[in-house]
Formats: sequence, structure tokens, C-alpha cells
Amino acid sequence: MLSQNHIQSAARDHAFSMPIEEIDPANPDYFQHDTIGHYFERLRRDAPVHHGHNPVFGNYWSVTRFQDIMAVDTNHAVFSSDWTHGGITLLDEPMEEARLQMFIAMDPPKHDVQRKAVSGIVAPGNLANMQSLIRERTCRVLDSLPRGETFNWVDKVSIELTTLMLATLFDFPLEDRRLLTHWSNVATSNKAVDPRAPSPEERLAELHNMLAYFTRLWNERVNAEPGHDLVSMLAHNPATRNMTPREYMGNLVLLIVGGNDTTRNSMTGGLLALSQNPAEWAKFRADPGLIDNMVSEIIRWQTPLSYMRRTAVQDIELGGKTIRKGDKVAMWYLSGNRDEDAIPNANQFLIDRPRARQHLSFGFGIHRCVGNRLAEMQLKILWEEIHKRFPVIEVVGEPVRVRSAFVHGYTELPVRIPA
Amino acid sequence: MPIVNFISFNGQRHTVTASENQVLMQAAVDNGVPGIDADCGGQCACATCHVYIESPWAAAVPRMDEREDEMLGLTNERRDSSRLACQVVLTPELDGIEVHLPEGQH
Repeated sequence: MLSQNHIQSAARDHAFSMPIEEIDPANPDYFQHDTIGHYFERLRRDAPVHHGHNPVFGNYWSVTRFQDIMAVDTNHAVFSSDWTHGGITLLDEPMEEARLQMFIAMDPPKHDVQRKAVSGIVAPGNLANMQSLIRERTCRVLDSLPRGETFNWVDKVSIELTTLMLATLFDFPLEDRRLLTHWSNVATSNKAVDPRAPSPEERLAELHNMLAYFTRLWNERVNAEPGHDLVSMLAHNPATRNMTPREYMGNLVLLIVGGNDTTRNSMTGGLLALSQNPAEWAKFRADPGLIDNMVSEIIRWQTPLSYMRRTAVQDIELGGKTIRKGDKVAMWYLSGNRDEDAIPNANQFLIDRPRARQHLSFGFGIHRCVGNRLAEMQLKILWEEIHKRFPVIEVVGEPVRVRSAFVHGYTELPVRIPA
Repeated sequence: MPIVNFISFNGQRHTVTASENQVLMQAAVDNGVPGIDADCGGQCACATCHVYIESPWAAAVPRMDEREDEMLGLTNERRDSSRLACQVVLTPELDGIEVHLPEGQH
């Protein structure tokens, strides 16, 4: 097996020597092997608005600098998210059921009312009420971890905590909660990119299983008094109570993936970053008051969704290039979050950096992450409780990364807590 | 040099001296007023500098544009007096303004 140093230096040579038009930053190899940073660095330097080709996704634009990403993200009138144009990921699913109808993949006005139907669940007052439950569970999960033996942090901590949270938000039977993890993984899988993924038919069949399960919950709750869970909120809100099953399915995927993959991967990515940067972990041990800042830095550093896609609905100039009506555009948040022109020392993980909140991981504009504050609270509680218990958590092997240009995360991180 | 009074959700008052023609958000951030995050750095793109400006001061601030209105749509605590502090320039007429903060930022 090649060493990490060798893999990285070979990728760097490749990224900086290949013809610029041949760069395809959506190549899943680059994410699986964590070499994508070199390609983004080249693009930011030589072609910050870049037209490329991917064998699965076809032609697409890559926007890699912070301010250009901001310009696209805040111009929803020209850069559409609507599923009818292809939605928010680069793959153009067939127009049938596989193309998800969810509010993140809608333009105003429908986007606005459907988003509003659920956003109250993470309003400041509700977050305050959730805090003690999250802490209690976090403590229980951390206290149950094995000592002196190697285990997978992704499974035992990151998935467990985020799935428990998600089950609570849906008021979903806790004993079935790993179904949520499963559906989240299935929904974001792509056979054309990852050979181990389910086929398109299998994927759709699983999404129908999800819909059937959630339709039972809907039917229970639509006839009951309005409750405070997401299913009840959707079933009672005038903007969503008459949704088609396809829209219900789409919005479920959005809420499951949005509330699951993202925080999960920041929980893993944070531990990895701190273990690779021991001086930063030492800073946190010495001054736990840095925690809010550290949480923002972890979310920037991980950038759990690498990009969001838009589709131009008219010709527009960006960075000296003309993007044509109908072209698809990837806003690479992962690259913008490493843009030294916008973020000083962007390629260093610094838990006490100034203006740590000014990162792209939640997106900007009207599609900005609904659950950003909940995610920050979950991460904050996790690190507060880790700090109380474990002076050291050793990462004892290389992480296994998700083979995806969209979900930027991990399936395994072997760790050991000294006995 | 306009004086600005920020009043937190629990009633605590922070009085700061701003520079003329500074935006309200910057006056809060420069003086460490808690409760204003300004995640987008003042580009009207995140709605994390949400404040309430009530009468009589409401009449002295310029009307909001469409983008500010859209971004305020992200907050659950929106009222008629809601504004984004990054969009309010501190003109001399606003000397002494009272600005109330919501329970939390989006």
C-alpha cells in the first residue's frame, strides 16, 4: 500500500501538470483518497470559474472561490435549485420518481412556504428545550464506549448520536432508528459513482419502503392534535398537508440527509482534525471557552457537503466566463472554505481563528441550512462532554472515506480510548 | 458619532459609540455586543444579524429592499419591526437609536 505522503505528492503533481480543461473535480476518486484539495487549489489559481466534463454527470461548471460561490448562492433568480431543472446535485435523475421533490430543490414561492412549515422546530426557544435531552444521550453514549480497544468512531458515536437526534425530531420509534441511517445512506448513494451502492431500482424500492413507513406515521398524526415533531408539522401545515406522496418522499429525504449525514461527518471530521493537529487539541484542553469557535472551525474544515448544484435559467457572466442558460453549476463549498483570499490561513485548522463563523458550509442565501444551530449545539455538547471524560482519544488507523463528490464524510475511523 | 443602544432579549442594555455611516451590524461586532453573529460578513446573505427596530426609530431607517425581505424569511422570530443590521447605515438622524435583539439568530 502506498503511503499517504506518496499519494498526496503524486496527486499534487497530477493536479498542477494536467491540462486545465481536463480537470474534473467531481471525480469520486479524489474524495475517496482525499486528494481533491490539490485540484481545487489549481482551479482557484488558474480557472476559478471552470468548465469541465464528468463521465457520469456530463458537462458542468465549477465555481471554486469564496466570493464567486457567494455570488451564485445569493442569486437564486438566475441560478435555480428547482428539481425540474435538475435540483441540487450534479446527477440528472430521470424525470420520474427518482428525481426528488424537496424544498431545497424548489425555487420561491413554493420553497418558502414548505421550508417555513418545518423551520420552527429549530427555532431558538425549541433548541433550548432540546439541550438537556441531547446532553443526557451524549453522556450515555460516551460512557458506554469501550476502553483500551479499537472501535469505529463513526458507528459508535457519530451515527448513534445523530440518528437518535433525528428520531426525536420525527418522533420516530427509537428501536427502528437505524432505518433512518440506512435510508440516508441509500438516498445519497449512486451506483454510477460507487459500485457498492444499490442499483437505481433498489434505491427507489428502499425510498418507497421509507415512504410507506412514514405514511403510517403521517396517518397516525394527521388525525391527532398537532404535535411538535416534523411529521405532525408537515401533516398539519396548510402549505404541506396536501403534498403529493412524491413531495413527502422528497422532503423526508431532505430532512433525513440534512439532519444526519452532515452532523455525523462533522463529528468524525472534528476528531480526525484535532488528532492530526495536537497543538489545537492542547489549546482546547487549556481553554475550553474556545468551544464555540472550535465548533465553527470544525464545520468549516469538514464541509460535510462538498458542493451544491444550481442550473442557470438565463445567460450570465461570472468571473469573465459566460454561463449559458441550462448549464449546470457546482458551487464547491469545500474549495471556497480553503480560499486564502477570503479566509486567512485557510489551509490550517485553527480552533481560535478570528471570524470562524464566516464559512460556506451552511450555504448562503435563501437555501441556507435550516438546522445549522442544532448542528452547532450537538457538536458543542459532544466536545464539552468529551473534554470532561477523555484527555486522549487516539486515532489508530486511516479513515475510510465516502466515495462521493457530494457527501464529504467517512464510513470508518478506528480509534482507541486508553484504558 | 452616533450612540447606539442594543437591548438583548433578556433586557440587558449595551450602549456603544459607532462611527458615522457605519452599518449597525458592524457597530455591534466591533464593540463585542453579544447576539449578533453576522455569519456572511455583511452581504445580506444569512440573516444572522436580525434585530427589531421599533417606532419612532423605524421611521428614520431606510426601507428594506427585496433581498433583505427574502432573507428575513429565514427567521422564525420575524415581526413587522424586523431588520437585518447589516443593511442599516447609521446616519446622524439615528443618533440614540434603540435596537432590540431576538431570542436567537437563525
